[in-house]
Amino acid sequence: MLEKKRMFITGNEAVAWAAIAAKADALFGYPITPQTEVMQYWTKYAPKYNKLFLQTEDELSAGYYTLGAVMTGKRAFTSTSGPGNVLMQEPMSMAEMMRIPIVFVIQQRGGPSTATVIYGQQETTLTAFGGNGEGFRVVYSTASHQELFDYTIKSFNTAWKYRFPTYVLGDGYQGKMRESLMVYDPEEEGIEFVAPYSLAGRARTDGFKHYRNTYNTEEELYDILQAHIKDYDAMTPKVVEWDTRWCEDADTVVISHGIVSRSCLAACTLFQSEGQKVGYFRPITIRPFPVKEIREAVQKAKQVILFESAQGQLYKMLTEALYGLSVPIKSILRPGLGITTEEVYRETSNLLSRKG
Amino acid sequence: MQDVKVGEFFQPAFPSSWLETTKPHNFCPGCGHGIVLKCLGQAIDELNIADKVVYGCDIGCCLLSWNFFNTDCIQTHHGRTTPFIAGAKRATPEIVGIAYMGDGGGYAIGSQHLVNAAIRNEKITIILVNNANYAMTGGQMAPTTLPGQITETSPYGKEIEHSGPPILGPEMVAAISQEGAYVARGTMSNVKQLTKFIRKGLENQIAGRGLSFIEALSSCPTNWRTNAEQTWKFVEKDMASYFKVGEIKVPGTKEANNANHT
Amino acid sequence: MQTILKILLAGEGGQGIQSIAEILAEAANSEGKEALYIPNFGVEQRGGISMAYLQITESGNKIGAPKFELADILIALSPRAIARTSHHAGKDTIYIYDNSLIQASQVNDQIIGIQYFESTPPCPTDQEEVKIGEEDVGDNRSCAYYHETEVSEKKLPRNVKHIISIPANDIAKNELSSRVFNIMILGAVIAATKILPLASIENALEEKLGDKFKKNPKLRELNKQALARGYELLERLLKGEQHG
Repeated sequence: MLEKKRMFITGNEAVAWAAIAAKADALFGYPITPQTEVMQYWTKYAPKYNKLFLQTEDELSAGYYTLGAVMTGKRAFTSTSGPGNVLMQEPMSMAEMMRIPIVFVIQQRGGPSTATVIYGQQETTLTAFGGNGEGFRVVYSTASHQELFDYTIKSFNTAWKYRFPTYVLGDGYQGKMRESLMVYDPEEEGIEFVAPYSLAGRARTDGFKHYRNTYNTEEELYDILQAHIKDYDAMTPKVVEWDTRWCEDADTVVISHGIVSRSCLAACTLFQSEGQKVGYFRPITIRPFPVKEIREAVQKAKQVILFESAQGQLYKMLTEALYGLSVPIKSILRPGLGITTEEVYRETSNLLSRKG
Repeated sequence: MQDVKVGEFFQPAFPSSWLETTKPHNFCPGCGHGIVLKCLGQAIDELNIADKVVYGCDIGCCLLSWNFFNTDCIQTHHGRTTPFIAGAKRATPEIVGIAYMGDGGGYAIGSQHLVNAAIRNEKITIILVNNANYAMTGGQMAPTTLPGQITETSPYGKEIEHSGPPILGPEMVAAISQEGAYVARGTMSNVKQLTKFIRKGLENQIAGRGLSFIEALSSCPTNWRTNAEQTWKFVEKDMASYFKVGEIKVPGTKEANNANHT
Repeated sequence: MQTILKILLAGEGGQGIQSIAEILAEAANSEGKEALYIPNFGVEQRGGISMAYLQITESGNKIGAPKFELADILIALSPRAIARTSHHAGKDTIYIYDNSLIQASQVNDQIIGIQYFESTPPCPTDQEEVKIGEEDVGDNRSCAYYHETEVSEKKLPRNVKHIISIPANDIAKNELSSRVFNIMILGAVIAATKILPLASIENALEEKLGDKFKKNPKLRELNKQALARGYELLERLLKGEQHG
């Protein structure tokens, strides 16, 4: 369907193309900066590609319209940011409990409240654990337009295969900047599509089904959750993703996620070229978190340096994952602020020289 | 209606679209839900659409209907049944989307969704059960609570200056809805009429004309703390004098603008 | 890091900064280079200053963060832009500023919550006139009508590699049209960086403005002239005189 070619577009447009490539049927959304262009591009292409779109009255509605569409067996998704993400935690919770295969694209902005419309990594906790539950979600934290494209497609397949709400976690920088990427038809690249199927509605042939998210007793709830937990744990090794370099013989390991990982990778690459051994680790799925892999990566390290554009959201996930290890962790926390390559290099250099 | 025989005794007949194994149901004795759902079940039977129905129920006592029918049923969140069913219908127009909710799900937390569904003329059928309180959570005040009515959050009687008058939901929907919408208010005390209204609401959806909205006056003796006689009086006299029963908007007729309804 | 060219463009909202940044980025991409362009959007944009971060490198290289600290080429086209971007100029920066008399935007950049850029609405608040010499260029607390104002030499950054001033706005107004002021700047950037052939910019312009050119072919000519003029202007300055 999609001709393979290089495009030079904004991240939000890349998301729209990816959804088209993934054969998504419907997008319901509400405007909020910095992700509004996702729906603007989608609705522009909708007639040509025969896609469904509705701008709803708010994010609650967008989330629920999407759930209803998914329920009848359509690949449907929605996207939001900031306060909209907060509102959408309600439909997200319903999806977690009822195992509805819905896809969300989040372009983070500053927080809390309306803060800025620009950028942040302050919705990391919210996107991974924001509902009134246990975070039965898959969250991909992207760092480039190629990844926005690749992982949006992957999200639909992950969602329909494992039936957990699945997320692409980007940010305002990614949404608004322009860089190149290759768009392609996934099937022509050997990516297998997981077919959606109807959970409710006349397309089903196996009799009627009743779905609920309310239970009468604690014990009943506990049993239901155990089943979800079992599925989640079984899925984890198949879905978890990370990127690790130069950690085998490094005294210092730099950890980050999302777009900050680009600055870290560039800085670490420079260190390598200067003969300084600095390792690099980036969780790609922040949920489920690559616990095993990150513990392995820091095994030989004498210090860990963490960079994030939040006040400890990734840090909390990291310390939980590294529990029991005694490696000191220094965190460079910049809530709502971009972190340049120069800053990573400078901060890491200072800490390297202290370690001697 | 199917005849159900248990041993050598016939049970009261109930709709084929009702799921036998979840009966008797869990509503309180004297609750109007059982009657409203029977009207709905009968309408579904008459139109023979059980296999197409996607039924959504809101939070409140209406959630107890989640396993009521021989159809696909999904219990949603409070106030969100309208957008959920509207989304299902938009994505898969072949279904018959029914959204079942109470006064809170439609007129309070769900009101923005109801308003926008009416404006967009979503082709779904909304059935809103009005029992003048929030029953499941213990009988708090609702948007439809009558002036002077005592509830958990209006222990001295609801005061209009403080909390506003009872909302006239169907009138509001009729005022803002589009050509092709069907709006009516029925009551559990007139089963034939309520069944007719619900059936017309479903037919309206199937014909693709627009939104169908039926409010049903209903009873809640548990939270009203009324006996049988008092309960019927409250529904038939007190509520009905405030909430006028009848069709308010019918597509293609002159009744399009909340004029005479009896 | 050294193999990535970092260009920072800054000016008043409405001067066309984002347009030229986009054209540059598209041209670089079409030439097979790796480019990354991000506008600075948010409170500073609406009639406040407009900034564009642009990075260009050879294909196959990876660009790190979308923003950077120190620019290789920094172009500041208004007194406010100069003040706002001074921390982005370092010892290796080629610093180009416009020393024409320009009328700064009339919008208070302390207006919060604005989310788009490149348009200049009238100031909704204070209409008080500010006397020449009393303007506080770098620290706007109230909306003010700016009179045509000069760049104060005191506010230029020290310790950069080159400082070049060009009266682009004047030249555009007098010789061509103030509408193509930003295209002149584009030409100047090409001359300063030599990273792309002029032809690639002409193609990019055609891509972006082709429809407008079709309706009015004179525009194409005008843009071409502006491009060449800006290019030639900066070439001359780089070679000999430092001030235009």
